[in-house]
This record gives sequence, C-alpha cells and structure tokens, in this order.
Amino acid sequence: MEFCGGHTVTILKHGIRQLLPASIEMLSGPGCPVCVTDNADLDKAIALAHIPGVILATFGDMLKVPGSRSSLQKSKAEGADVRMVYSSLDALQIARQNPGKKVIFLGIGFETTAPGIAASVLQAEQEGLRNYYVLSLHKLCPPVIRSLLDSGEVRLDGFILPGHVSAIIGSRAWEFLARDYGIPGVVSGFEPLDVLQCVDMLVSQVERGEAKVEIAYRRGVKPEGNLRAQELMYQVFEPCPARWRGIGEVPDSGLQLGEKFARFNAELVFAPDPGPAVEPKGCICGDILRGVKTPEDCRLFARVCTPENPVGPCMVSSEGSCAAYYLYGQDDE
Amino acid sequence: MCLAIPAKVISIQGQEAEAEIGGISRKISLALTPEARVGDYVLLHTGYAISIVDQEEAQETLKMLEEIAELSGNEVR
Amino acid sequence: MSDRILLAHGSGGKLGHELVEKTFVRALSNPYLSKLDDSASFDLSGRLAFTTDSYVVDPIFFPGGDIGRLAICGTVNDLAMVGATPLYLSLSLIIEEGFLQEDLRRVVGSIKAAAEEAGVVIITGDTKVVHRGKADGIFINTAGLGIIPEGVDISGSNARPGDKVILSGSLGDHGIAVLSRREGLSFSTELKSDVAPLNKLVAEMLAACPRIHCLRDPTRGGLATTLNEIAQKSGVSIRLEEEKIPVREEVRAACEMLGLDPLYVANEGKAVVVVPTEEAEHVLEAMRQNPYGKQAMLIGEVREEHPGRVILKTRLGTSRIVDMLVGDPLPRIC
Repeated sequence: MEFCGGHTVTILKHGIRQLLPASIEMLSGPGCPVCVTDNADLDKAIALAHIPGVILATFGDMLKVPGSRSSLQKSKAEGADVRMVYSSLDALQIARQNPGKKVIFLGIGFETTAPGIAASVLQAEQEGLRNYYVLSLHKLCPPVIRSLLDSGEVRLDGFILPGHVSAIIGSRAWEFLARDYGIPGVVSGFEPLDVLQCVDMLVSQVERGEAKVEIAYRRGVKPEGNLRAQELMYQVFEPCPARWRGIGEVPDSGLQLGEKFARFNAELVFAPDPGPAVEPKGCICGDILRGVKTPEDCRLFARVCTPENPVGPCMVSSEGSCAAYYLYGQDDE
Repeated sequence: MCLAIPAKVISIQGQEAEAEIGGISRKISLALTPEARVGDYVLLHTGYAISIVDQEEAQETLKMLEEIAELSGNEVR
Repeated sequence: MSDRILLAHGSGGKLGHELVEKTFVRALSNPYLSKLDDSASFDLSGRLAFTTDSYVVDPIFFPGGDIGRLAICGTVNDLAMVGATPLYLSLSLIIEEGFLQEDLRRVVGSIKAAAEEAGVVIITGDTKVVHRGKADGIFINTAGLGIIPEGVDISGSNARPGDKVILSGSLGDHGIAVLSRREGLSFSTELKSDVAPLNKLVAEMLAACPRIHCLRDPTRGGLATTLNEIAQKSGVSIRLEEEKIPVREEVRAACEMLGLDPLYVANEGKAVVVVPTEEAEHVLEAMRQNPYGKQAMLIGEVREEHPGRVILKTRLGTSRIVDMLVGDPLPRIC
C-alpha cells in the first residue's frame, strides 16, 4: 500500500504499474488529507467563511471539495472572503495587512504541514497579532495506519511510507509496523525511480521473510526526523480524537490547539454551527480510502462523479485516488 | 500533503531565507530548520524548509538513479 | 488633463473626445480611425475570418508584456490560426474610474507597437468608464477581420492518422510570467511572457506547406486542452513524447513550486501545428527561420486507435492519458 496521495500521483502519472510484474498489487491508502476531511469539519470551515468580517485563508486543494451543502469556492462566489494561499506565512501577512478583519487559516495536512502552522501561531503570538486564527483539521498518520491494520479489512505485504511526513516524524515513528504487525515499510521519495527503488526494497524484505522499517529516501529523512519541527508542533498542538472520512473516529489521530493557544483557536472563538452533515448518496470514498475498493468499483466514478462535478473528495483533490485514476489511470493500452 | 521540493538557500535574514530552485528565488521560513546555512539544500513545503538535504546521500541516490536509468536505457531527468 | 480617468471621460462629452483624440487617435493614427465616424467603412472581399476576444488579465503589466499587447496578439493569433491574414481590428475598452492616465498611455503604446509588428490596423473603437470597483482596472475587447487565402483549409477537425504534431517553442512561459508577478516569485533570469503575434510565422509556414491540417495556439488550458480538442474534433488520437516537449527550466521549477503542470499552463505566443508526415521537415525548417519558431520541435504524431484521446509517453517509457483541463488549474500543495 502506498499511504501518501503524492505517491499515488507519482505511480499513476508515470505509469509505474505498467513496469511492475503482475504479482505485485498496489493499493492506495488514506494519505490524502483533503480526502479524509470529514464533511462535518469542512462544513465548519464554510460556516466560518460566511461570518462577516472574516477572511478565510486556505490551501488551493480545499477550494472545490464539496461539503454537505456547499464548497469554499461556491462560498466565495456568494460573497464570502475566501483566499487561496501557498503558506500559513501568506495568511499571517493577510492578517497584518487587514487589522480590521479576522483571518482564519484552514489548517489541513499531516505532520509535514502542521509544524509550519504551529510556527505561524508562535509568530503571531510573538508579534502580538490579534486577528489571526487557525481552524485545525490536522491529522496524524501512524494512528490511522494502526487503525486500518487493526480492522483487518486489508491484507498487506508492505508499506510505501510517506517521504515528507517521515522527514518530520522520522522512520522510527513507523517501527510499530514491523514490531507489532510484522509488515515491512520503506520510506520513499517522490520521483518515479524513488518509488521503484522502494518497491524493490520491500520485495526483497518479503522474499527474505523480513519485516523492518528502512529508509530509501535517505537524502531527506533521518531515523529521528526533524526534532525541532516535532517540538514546535507539540508546543502548539496536542493530539485529540479526529474523524477520518470513511474510517470514522480514530483516537489521538488529530491535532487541536493547546490551551495556551486557545485565543487562536477558530473553533473555540467563533463556535461555527453549520447544521447537520450530509453524506452524498452512492459515494464510496470511504471504502476507497481504506483500500477496500478501487475507483472503478464506484458506480458514480467517471459517470456522475468527475473532476468537473465531483461528488466526493477523492475526485476533487488532485492527489485523491479517484482524481488520479481519472486523469492518469484510464489507460486503454 | 507531500509536495516538497529541494531548494538552495542563497541568503538568510533572521528566521527567513531566500531560496532558489531552477533560477527562481522565493522567500521561505527556516523556523523548522534553524541550523540551515547558506549553500544548504532544503526540502521546501508550504513556505517552510522541513528538512536539510543530506548532500552525500543526495549524491549517492543520484548515482544510483542514474545506474537504474542506464540499465533500463533511459536518461534521468 | 487630470492624471486619472474620470467617469466623465466615458460619457461622450468634451473630456471623452479629448481622451479619444489625444490618447487613442494620435497614437494609433490611420485614415479610418481619424475619421471617427460611428462605423468604419471599407471594401473587402474574399473568404473572410472574424473573431473576438476579451482580455481581463491580472496584473495588467507583467514581464514581457501587458494587457494591451495581449489584446492585439490574442486576436491576431486567432485569425492566424485559421490561416487568415489579419487586417482590421476593433478596440473596445472598459476602464475603471481612477485608472491612471499614465497607465492607459502605456497600454495604448503597447497596442500600437503590437499592431505595427503584426501589420494590422485598428479602425474603430470605443471607451467606457465605470464606477470605481466595477472593473478590475481595465478590460479590453478586440474583434478582428482577416482574409483566408485560396486553397487554405485549416481546421481542428482535419487531423489524420500519420500526421505529425509540431510545437513552435517552450510551454508555459506566459502563464508562469503572469502568475509569478501575482505571487511575488522573483526570477534570477527574468522569465518573460511569450506574448507575440504569430501571423507572419504562419504565413511563412503556409508558404512552405499549403497543406497544413491544423493550427492552434494553446492559450487557456494549455497544450493538453488544445490537443484534446483536436483529437476529439478529428476523431483521432494524438501520441506525445514527454522528452520532446520543450519547457524552460525556470518554468518547470515554478510549476513545481506552485504545484502546476506545464501541459496545462497558458501560452500566448506559441502554435501547435498538425501536418502530413511528408511535410513535417519543411514546416519545421520554415518555422525555425522565424524568431517565434526558433525552438520548434516535433513532439508527437496522430494515430487512428483510441479516437479522442491524447496519450503521453513518459520519460520512463510508460504511457498515460493526458486529459483536457478540468476547471481552474488550482495550485496544489499536496
């Protein structure tokens, strides 16, 4: 299984499946933070965007994801001030330039992204910026992989581990895979040859009957990871239960702002109340995210649900399985 | 969220730096890698350097990727 | 004259007349425009081509060009892409109250230069001014008329199996130049938009090979969208080779930084040409003689199987489908 959406894209974009023997089957996991954002959480972000005086800053990936009734892009068309940013640093700048507005940053992403957001909160605190807030929908990877393996729904022989999440948390964070589940894991980079090297290393382990965690992406990842980034992340955030779309609630798999930073916590400060969440009928994003079904198993895929008219997040996010399959995977040859 | 690209640090101003990739430069934050020095290569993600690229490992990997590419008769980008 | 455009400039009164005379007619002087009749009148016969486009680019000034140059080249190129010799253009502006006169003069200067380079004449125009906040600085519309020479039959539905696909130069320069100005990316070697009038290049290509099948400029949606349109209209497939597609290093790097794919980024001075295979070398040679075709490359061919599809052979030798652009190319961080 490749956990990370970035790996799914590399695999499909470069036709890597075509290079692998039939004995190797690749499954895509729930490593797309956009795809695993629960409708109820996205609805909160949309509700916040509609509050007068609020500027909602978000990464581009989230703009078109459909919530229960709307999307951030639709909200923008309706008059909400929704701005696309490349970095939380941009959001801080918007806050500085608009002292009369409340700038809420939509915090999406795994451990690769959360430390940067933490740094932005610390920066805001240092500057005495009073109009910067974060809606934290950040999630942690190891707990959800545990949950997936515990469910027993998928049988896996190896994990292609996320390269940049691991740059932060280190390869040691994955040792539980080998230790508790006997499954080998290799941390991979994102070039197509990186992925091939990783698959090769996994196959070697399987052939030798071994199970350990190795790093193929040595140029970016250390066993201990980036300690400073981990420090900042846990200075500002603390683990909390989080709802993963299609998987449900996974304990300690999310990040919320710690008490000391309550005044930056958009959820506490604004208490958004978007109404009940609605799941789209026929959408099996959840099954796809758990690796139990493939996009082609979905009745809506490419017929009703397309990148132009996405029903679920797997199609909207450019690294969602369905979008990747739609764009790169429908190979007739 | 995995898109991070290697960039070269060309100047440092406090916790910020100017980083360069393929002829383009951009302002980035070194908050997560305060030990980065001018000339280092870092992995850039959403405006922050998340890791300093180990030059030795990078060279070794490049060599290995070139070998693989040669074996398969392709050129490495 | 005030240093900003006022509502009064658009109301048809004295200020408006002064503006038209001093800023437009003086700069773009030609017998048709100077007459300032309600309509320009002229004789024209033959197989005519007619096109229109509106220009709303933000920012107005970007490395390598501005909205004025774009407004002329875009319309000239639409005419060139059907093989027409562009002749006359109309120029219509909607200006936001408060727009700087100096900026307007600069834009008109670019319009003049581009029109001269392309050899077209602006024979009629209009100016409106709207309240502050009702337009993004300035919006421009141009419409263009041209004549298609005898024997020229260029259309998106003319691609045939066996044809070769040629690209006149590097991808993504315009889109990235504009986006980088917006996003504050700075380049150590300045990346300029490729905005240029291609009618002379096309004329030279047609002289070398009158039997060109398709011609398109890959603007919004990029090369991928344009080729998909041709493949669908012609009922063929197009097979591309990733290695052959020219992309400048800075554009590649910017695309990586911003999470974009060069195949989908807009170009304003490039052409995609589909020609019968035996003509490919002649056309390439002719293109490379022109400054706007120096980097012309053969990037693919037309096939019969899988009609409507564009298939890319990657550097690894594997293949994948390239679809047309869906929605806006939102930069990804994932």
